[in-house]
Amino acid sequence: MNAVTAGAGGFISRFEGLRDRLPGAELEQVRALREEGAATLREKGLPGRRVEEWRYTDLAPVAQAQFTEALTAVGEAPALPAPRAPHRVVFLDGRLAEHLSQLPPHAAPLSARLEAAQDLLAADHGMPLVGLNAMMFEDGLFLDLPEGRDAGTIEVLNIAAHAERPIAFHPRHVIRLAPGAQLTLVETSTGPAGATYLHNPVYDIRVAEGATFTHVRVQREGRSAFQLSTIRARVAAGGTYDNFTLNAGGRLVRNEIHVTLEGPKAAAHMNGAQLVADGQHADTTTFLDHAAPDCPSRQTVKTVLAGKSRGVFQGKILVRQVAQRTDGYQMNQALLLSEEAEIDAKPQLEIYADDVRCSHGATVGALDPEQLFYLRARGIPAEEARAILVQAFLTEAVEGVTDPIAQAALEEAVSGWWEREAA
Amino acid sequence: MLRIEGLTAEIEGKQILKGIDLEVPKGEIHAIMGPNGSGKSTLSYVLSGREGYDITGGSVTWNGQDLLAMEPEERAAAGLFLAFQYPVELPGVGNANFLRTALNAQRRARGEKEVDAMAFLKLAREKLKKLHMSDEMLKRNVNVGFSGGEKKRNEVLQMALMNPSMAILDETDSGLDIDALRIVSEGVNALRGPDFSSLVITHYQRLLNYIVPDRVHVLMDGRIVRSGGKELAEELEAQGYGQASAA
Ligand SMILES: Nc1ncnc2c1ncn2[C@@H]1O[C@H](COP(=O)(O)OP(=O)(O)OP(=O)(O)O)[C@@H](O)[C@H]1O
Ligand SMILES: [Mg+2]
Repeated sequence: MNAVTAGAGGFISRFEGLRDRLPGAELEQVRALREEGAATLREKGLPGRRVEEWRYTDLAPVAQAQFTEALTAVGEAPALPAPRAPHRVVFLDGRLAEHLSQLPPHAAPLSARLEAAQDLLAADHGMPLVGLNAMMFEDGLFLDLPEGRDAGTIEVLNIAAHAERPIAFHPRHVIRLAPGAQLTLVETSTGPAGATYLHNPVYDIRVAEGATFTHVRVQREGRSAFQLSTIRARVAAGGTYDNFTLNAGGRLVRNEIHVTLEGPKAAAHMNGAQLVADGQHADTTTFLDHAAPDCPSRQTVKTVLAGKSRGVFQGKILVRQVAQRTDGYQMNQALLLSEEAEIDAKPQLEIYADDVRCSHGATVGALDPEQLFYLRARGIPAEEARAILVQAFLTEAVEGVTDPIAQAALEEAVSGWWEREAA
Repeated sequence: MLRIEGLTAEIEGKQILKGIDLEVPKGEIHAIMGPNGSGKSTLSYVLSGREGYDITGGSVTWNGQDLLAMEPEERAAAGLFLAFQYPVELPGVGNANFLRTALNAQRRARGEKEVDAMAFLKLAREKLKKLHMSDEMLKRNVNVGFSGGEKKRNEVLQMALMNPSMAILDETDSGLDIDALRIVSEGVNALRGPDFSSLVITHYQRLLNYIVPDRVHVLMDGRIVRSGGKELAEELEAQGYGQASAA
């Protein structure tokens, strides 16, 4: 057994001890999902770098960390920031803390609603981390918006609370928007600075006809933490899934998004920014499946790297033969602030329809010396000029987000990053 | 007083400035004319401290200081201003913020009190009005999506705000319409005084009808080949540079 499967082995043996006590143990379908996840993990282990999709992100440190699940809730709730929205859902170590939350209508802890939600739990399709999540999830957000409902903006806080030993939590979030429903979710993930933990969330998202889901994720995990998230969203005709993810924290972070556009005029936005400082690794991997005609998709991912750090962007766009008149746009840009920083960017277009418009582009570079000189020629000292240009890159990266609550959450993570992390 | 003596400079091993001798006394405005590629912008960049040039010989003193030993931001704080031939776009940087940051950086370097946002806005509005520019300019990103003429005007706005004692205008007139040319010239003339000097680089004699120079120099192939009064510009306009070096 190699080191990587050994890492999965710990999870599997704990699952074997826990399987009858996990939520949904009485539900045949949930049990089957968990067993299937265990089988995937047994077969594949944690993904190694020989797997094409994992070439640039090495999970060896996750395998070596000897995580255990937090079987008991923390005694004392951590201090919470002031709420930004009237409805807020707080998770502690992956468990919905109802006493700390102001749950919006149509929302519930997944653990309490598994019977209703089980049909929405998607199979792992051979993805080991989704299998791991299926095997071990205890809770998550179940949000089931009825037809035409506008849920406004809901805030979600994912807080890692246990700090004394390496713990893993695998929340499962199930979000369904019925036709015409609208939702903005602003999620922030945080944890103690020095704590080693694994946050392994999986999202099952369904956006029905004409519904709009704006999903903003602000990842500010503690600097010794791992976050490996997988989002799978299916969008019906005329619906929109609009994701913006900011990767700012963590030691090793992978944010994987799969969107399937299933009906005509369904739209996907998968924008993001990654702020990667010394010692950090951030990976944005997306897969966009244009499976219906007349669908627009937009993706701009900006990565700024400082110190000895590594960033990854993998963006695959599949345009199936039926997906005529697809209008796709993908752009990824990286700003390298140090010679030791590294970015691996792999855009991938696979097009089977003949009438499509798909443009993509990429830029990688250091700060522009022309811009630096322009600022300095106006009297701005070199260091300050650099900070201005980095901030400008970041400002541009988050510019597309229009929800004011999301803007505030992003602004807090982005402002002063260069001074804090790199200067 | 700006004194350039025997200045030679190269870029990527290619010699561009081949021995420039030039003096601009305090209070004077000098024009530099010369064919494309003769080294006019190179000279303005070397004077303002852009990286990438090897100064292989000569010296530049400005008010008794060794100009070439100073950082670009130090030169700016000391009162040197370059209006770029090609102003640089700064996406993500708001113009108002940029202008105030620059002004305050210079003030700080000179040990002066910084101006707060309100006072700055008042000052900027006043300058904008004089230059017949709209306040909208302040809200946009620096030079992003500006027309050619708007970029040049934005340079002049910066000059008006920074209130330099030595301004190098590198083809600020190129791309300006007739009205803008007059307005921009008024902006320069407003700074004119015993403590203000300027190097005005241009291809067109027309500008010099508005900003009347004390001297005109012809730069060709990295050297000043002729100097004269403002009538030299008229002569060049009529005869071209072919005659200039020969005469
Ligand atoms: N980075 C560079 N590498 C090589 N040659 C350069 C570089 N920058 C400038 N040059 C050359 O230096 C010479 C002088 O250029 P400069 O821009 O100073 O000319 P100019 O007099 O300002 O011309 P114009 O009237 O067209 O603005 C030109 O031949 C130009 O090609
Ligand atoms: Mg030039």
